This record gives sequence, C-alpha cells and structure tokens, in this order.
Amino acid sequence: MSLNVKTQQPVVISEKTLARVAELKSRFPEGKHKSALLTVLHEVQDENNDWLTVDAMDKIAELLNIKPIEVYEVASFYSMYNQKPVGKYMFEFCRTSCCVTRGAEDLIEYTCNKLGVKEGEVTPDGLFSVKGVECLGACGYAPMLQLGDFYHEFLTPEKMDQLIEDCKAGKVEKLSKV
Amino acid sequence: MGKKILLEHVNVEGIHTYEVYRKVGGYASVEKALKMAPNDIVEEVKKSGLRGRGGAGFPTGMKWSFIDKKSGRPRHLVCNADESEPGTFKDRYLMEKLPHLLVEGMITSSIALEANLSYIYIRGEYMWVYRILERAINEAYANGWLGKNIKGSGYDLDLHVTCGAGAYICGEETALIESLEGKRGNPRIKPPFPAVVGLYGNPTVVNNVESLMNIPWIVENGGEEYAKIGVGRSTGTKLISASGNIRKPGVYEIELGITVEDFVMSDEWCGGMQTDRPLKACVPGGSSVPILPAHLLFKTAKDETRLMTYESMSDGGFATGSMIGSGGFIVYDDRQCVVRNTWNFSRFYHHESCGQCSPCREGTGWLEKVTWRLEHGYGSMADIDLLWDIQRKIEGNTICPLGDAAAWPVAAAIRHFRHEFEYHVRYPEKVKDRKHFEHEPWEQVKHLMTKQEAVLV
Repeated sequence: MSLNVKTQQPVVISEKTLARVAELKSRFPEGKHKSALLTVLHEVQDENNDWLTVDAMDKIAELLNIKPIEVYEVASFYSMYNQKPVGKYMFEFCRTSCCVTRGAEDLIEYTCNKLGVKEGEVTPDGLFSVKGVECLGACGYAPMLQLGDFYHEFLTPEKMDQLIEDCKAGKVEKLSKV
Repeated sequence: MGKKILLEHVNVEGIHTYEVYRKVGGYASVEKALKMAPNDIVEEVKKSGLRGRGGAGFPTGMKWSFIDKKSGRPRHLVCNADESEPGTFKDRYLMEKLPHLLVEGMITSSIALEANLSYIYIRGEYMWVYRILERAINEAYANGWLGKNIKGSGYDLDLHVTCGAGAYICGEETALIESLEGKRGNPRIKPPFPAVVGLYGNPTVVNNVESLMNIPWIVENGGEEYAKIGVGRSTGTKLISASGNIRKPGVYEIELGITVEDFVMSDEWCGGMQTDRPLKACVPGGSSVPILPAHLLFKTAKDETRLMTYESMSDGGFATGSMIGSGGFIVYDDRQCVVRNTWNFSRFYHHESCGQCSPCREGTGWLEKVTWRLEHGYGSMADIDLLWDIQRKIEGNTICPLGDAAAWPVAAAIRHFRHEFEYHVRYPEKVKDRKHFEHEPWEQVKHLMTKQEAVLV
C-alpha cells in the first residue's frame, strides 16, 4: 500500500462516533479491544467523505490503544477501506459471474459512458465514482450495485438513470441507521 | 410443497421483531436447552446428521464434540456470516428476514458448547443486515435471553455482532478468527484447530448461519426427527441460492433428495430457463465447485438420476461430478461463454488471495492472465495445457482451501469444455467480440470444431 499523505483533509470524529467507539470496544474482553478495529474503521470512514487519511488512521490507533501500523496493515488489506478520495456517490458494481450472466458488464459500460468516467475514476464535480467489485451476495437479484450501506438490485439502464438523478437531487440515503 | 424448517414463518408479517417471533414459538429451544445437559444437546445434533451448510459439509455435531471443554479456558461460538462465495446469497436472506432465528440458534448452540461469549461475524457489505442483527440482539437482551443468569438458569451469555470489510478469505474459519481479532485475514496453519486454539487462543467453534439456524428445530423436535427428512447421510433441508439464466432466481428451501431436474425445471423452484436458450452448464455449489455440463447435471455418468444431496451431487468425483457446497446454484445458458466465466472466476480468486502462500498468490495471478489471454483471442493451444499445469500446482499446496477453490473451476472447465477453449484459440477474431456467444451461440458454431475427447489426466 502507498499511504496517501499528499491529499489530506482534517479528521472529523464526532462525539457520537466516540460514544459508538466506546460501545464497540465494550463488546470485546479487556485487552482485546483491537477486535473493534474493522468496525471503527467503517465508522470513521463514513464520517470522513468515505476515505481514510493517514491522520484518521493514526487517530484510530490512539482510540484503540494500538500502534499505527496495526491500523495501516488492516486498512490496506480489506477492499472496503478507501485510501484515496472517492465520489460522494460511489457505485460499486458487482462484476462476478452471476451478475455477468444478467448483464452486469453492459450496465457498467453504460454507467461509465453516461458519467464520462472509467472504472476507478471520480467525476470532476466529485459527485460520482464507479468501481467494479467482486461478488456482493446478491446473485439472484442481478445486476446490482452497492451504494453506501445499501444494495440497488435488478438494475436496468432506466433505473440507473433514475438513481443518478436521485443522487444529484440529494434524495438517496447512503447510511443505514444505528 | 416440501418441508420447511427455516423458512416456515418467513412470510409472517413483522417476523423480524421480537414480539412476532416469540408469538410463533420463538426462543422455545432456549427454554428447553437450559434444562438439558449441554452434552445431550451435542448428542441430539450428532443424531440429526446435520452437516455444515457453509460448503464443506462437515457434520456439525462432530465439530462440536471436538471443542476442548477440559482445559477450563473460556469457550466461544462464532457464527460465520461472511457469506462471499460467488453464487451464494442465502445467509443474507435468512438474517434479513429472520434475525431472531439466528440469535436463538446462537444461544442454544452456545449452551451446548458451554460458551459464555459468542460473536456473529458478518461481511462488511451487509451493513444494513448488521443493523438488523444489532437490533435483534438488543431485543434479546431486553427480554432476558442474553446477559447474566438467563431466565434464572444461572447461565451467562454475551452475544455481539461484528463486521468484516470486504475479504472473501475471511469466510475461511481461521482467517475469520484473525479478522475478528482485528487483524488481516490471513488463515492460520492447522493444527491446532480452532476447537482447541481459536479466538484469543481459546477453544472456538465456527459455524455457518444456516447450520446454526437449524439448531432450534433440532433441539425442539429431536435429532432423530430431523434425520427423517432427506436421504441417507444428507439429512434435513438445505437453502439453495439459485441464480443465472433461470426464470425465477432466488432463495429456496428444499428437502435434500429432490431431483436436480425438478429443481431447475419445476415452477416451484427455478421455473426453467430464462429464455428459449438451452441450458449449457451449471455450477451447483458456489464458484469453487466444478462446473457441470448439461449432460451431467440431471443424470450422473452412470445414467442415474442426479439428486440434490451431498452424495449424488458428488457422484463420479471431480471427473463427472461436482459438490453441493454452499448451495450457490448458478445456471448458464448457451449465450454464456465458459472461457469468459473461467476468467471471471480466476480474476475473483486472484483478487481475493490473501497473498500468504506463493502457489496461491502467484498461481491465481497466472490463472487470471492466461484465461484472459484465451478469452480475448490472444491464446495458443499450449496455453490450455499451461492452465492445467498451473492449477495442478496450486491444488493441495496452500495453507487454506482458497488455492483449491481457485484451481477446481479451471480444471473442470478444461475437463468438460476443452473444445470451447480450443475454439477461442482457433477463431480469435470471433471471440474478440465480448458477446461472441450471445450473437452466435455455441450450438451454431460448434460444427467448426472437430469432435474431441475432452479428457485430460
């Protein structure tokens, strides 16, 4: 992993998240609070424009009383943690076999063309990015994508157009409620 | 309609809430289990013949009996809800619809294992399901089914849910344990098995969601009753996630023992093919299991009817059979390209290899590159043998079964569809179009290839 130290943003960790971190730590035995790391990374990422800066990871290390490297190595291993800025609405398309049988490749192509980006890129206004990911466990409801905490299934170009419009209008919920 | 054990109440309005779940008889197995000797519960599960529903099919009762109760160290039950096998989406359905059944299964099973701290590890992508489980667990605490001195029995149990973050490998039980400890998901060398040294070094049992959800029924009705359902050593019901080119994709609970043909063609389940295109192949148990060509799906090589059972599905070994695996049942019609699909799976395994063992780390990359080359019309005949060679060098040479899982689909694709690989070499201009078989289904072009015996040793 190359740690992204060039693009930075201030770390935001609200009181609510701090309380949540304390609750998550309490789920594990004394001395085993590192177990909460994966969940805490999700929480902090959600609050910081969906990506993790080095500063954010260092802060997490402090909260869990572990070394920064223990956070970096985990953040770089799992595919859901972003180390680079992503679009406000990141469309994560499943591109594994079952979705492909129901037209996932066409849909990804359609979306990329419509937004004028390639997979992995962010639109200039920072609003959208497109990412191909591996099986999301929605094979029977293909083709589909993940946006924030939610799945959008049985997609068609028309539904995709609608989703993009709804995102632009700020009508799409990204986070499930705690 | 067949017997329903897990999905009996799935359509009851509000079944995800504690009140409704309790009204239809929920948590009765906990009441019963609290009055039983823990080892008697293990015996019932052994008698039921229940086999692990995550894919390996190892008898659950047997796995439980291995847990070290003598050392006196704390014991843990961990639910593997890291469902990531391509083609499998049953656990998500179960947890989304019936969260309390999982909580009940976890409590009853923890009682049997005499565990006082248990976890559900769910994949990070299922975040909204994580919230559903959190809510169900809170409701269970509020109603005295979790915490100290449960229902005055003197038994204490804490149950929590925790999540992953997008790593297929964490479905492997030792990688899951590492991940649950807040580390990278690198599988551990076995032995020692988790039953002796697991989470935090303590004896641990890791079970799949569906396996655990069967436990309440077994405890309430007895293992022998459960064993009456199904055929032979394939007892009970199994959830099948059906996807691909069928009319009715979705999650179905079947009694083990129905015929594969019924499952695919009957309106009760898959409802036949999606369009008028004929069935070409099927991956019956998640992406890792060997792909079966149409002529080996409904009948075995011995011309016997193939059944949805552990034994019948693997009849003929890997030469002419497959595995029921996780129940991820993917159907392909003849618009689909086996080479493209093999490349797709190989890319998946390359992406998901944790990188710990070199045969897997390097080998999966080679598999991806060579299958890409063949699929895109840049391959040679020697590449097909090269693929065969690479997969053989991965299988059995890695710490965890991800290596095998990457190797098997490639081997089976070459074994059964070698002529299609050769077509890609001989007609590169045709296959450079991504939709080559959509425009010209295999049936229309296969005459271009001389008939060949597709057997390799």
